[in-house]
Amino acid sequence: MEYIDYYKVLGLDKKASTADIKKAYRKLARKYHPDVNPNDPKSEQKFKEINEANEVLSNPENRKKYDEFGKDWKHADEIKKAQKEQQQYQRSYQTQGGGYENAQGGDFSDFFESMFNRQGGSKGGSPFGRQVKYKGQDYNAELQLNLKDVYTTHKRTITVNDKNIRLTIPAGVENGQVIKIKGHGGPGVQGGPKGDLYITFSILNNTNFRRDKNDLYKTEILDLYTMILGGETTVETFDGKVKLKIKSGTQPGTKVKLKGKGFPIYKKEGSHGDLYVTYDVKLPATLSEKEKELFNELSKLRSS
Amino acid sequence: MKTTQYIAVKEVSKIYNVEISFLSTLKEMGLIECILVSQTECIHTEAIHDVEKMIRMHQDLSVNPEGIDIIFNLLEKVDQMDRELKRLHNRIQFHENPK
Repeated sequence: MEYIDYYKVLGLDKKASTADIKKAYRKLARKYHPDVNPNDPKSEQKFKEINEANEVLSNPENRKKYDEFGKDWKHADEIKKAQKEQQQYQRSYQTQGGGYENAQGGDFSDFFESMFNRQGGSKGGSPFGRQVKYKGQDYNAELQLNLKDVYTTHKRTITVNDKNIRLTIPAGVENGQVIKIKGHGGPGVQGGPKGDLYITFSILNNTNFRRDKNDLYKTEILDLYTMILGGETTVETFDGKVKLKIKSGTQPGTKVKLKGKGFPIYKKEGSHGDLYVTYDVKLPATLSEKEKELFNELSKLRSS
Repeated sequence: MKTTQYIAVKEVSKIYNVEISFLSTLKEMGLIECILVSQTECIHTEAIHDVEKMIRMHQDLSVNPEGIDIIFNLLEKVDQMDRELKRLHNRIQFHENPK
């Protein structure tokens, strides 16, 4: 748990007036408010920090306590106790601060909770309280899958907030694609609908294929003689094998299209993209004396 | 609790503690769509997500309906750019990983 410099969070110094704090807070809130920074966890975190800083600095009692103990916050209670004992000894009593009511439980740091001995939420709630009023909260989740997993439509059970949700994942889902699962977010209140669940797919490609939307690409290495003389090769597609005829004199970099052998098209059952196979050649790295002799002969034939 | 398909504008005003005039302005500006259900002006619950966002922008950030309109248009552009960025990211991965 680390000490948080709330003044620094709001870009202020310790001499800042209440008006300065309010102004700085409003300005930063406009910049980092989650509604104007959707899907941006960094902004959301920053927003929580400035909210917390405002919670402390805009409240005179909190600010006093924070200023008083500063970096010694861990010992704040001991210091306070020692001071109180001294005051009692001097027969001078001090009234403790009223503290908070209506604690709401929120996104406050451990530092804040430790220093103020409670979870977030000031009297009347945070000014930017995001408690559910009608429609339930939306949830976001990331689902990591292998490329092979999304080649076929399949069912999968995921756990979100300790609840198991059975999903049908359509074939052809793309990396970074977001799907909305209606009604699987937080509960609504006052008859309001449940929130939704947004799932972002993160697709790991650990195959020999490159994917561009629905098309697949791969390079097939052929030997020198098949490229020159022609022949046959067996190419592995995503879900099987195909035999291809190689014309004599095939050049490295030649691309052939295998129609319908690509990736399934999202939500178009039975439809597939294409597979592009690029031929490359593997030259022999070492030659026997006999081979060298024959290659020299071939070379001479070419140059004559 | 039973979930209804529509919620009366008056009810939205009560739940979110927002003036009806604010909701009317959003409607006039085409930011929200209201439907008459049994002579009562209602909002479809599908639209509540956006309505909540607009109310928060108004209440938390003091943005007026014109500002909300601008923000929503810009957010839509950001969303489009985000999708384009994802698409390009996938393309870059495609070119950077020769197989």
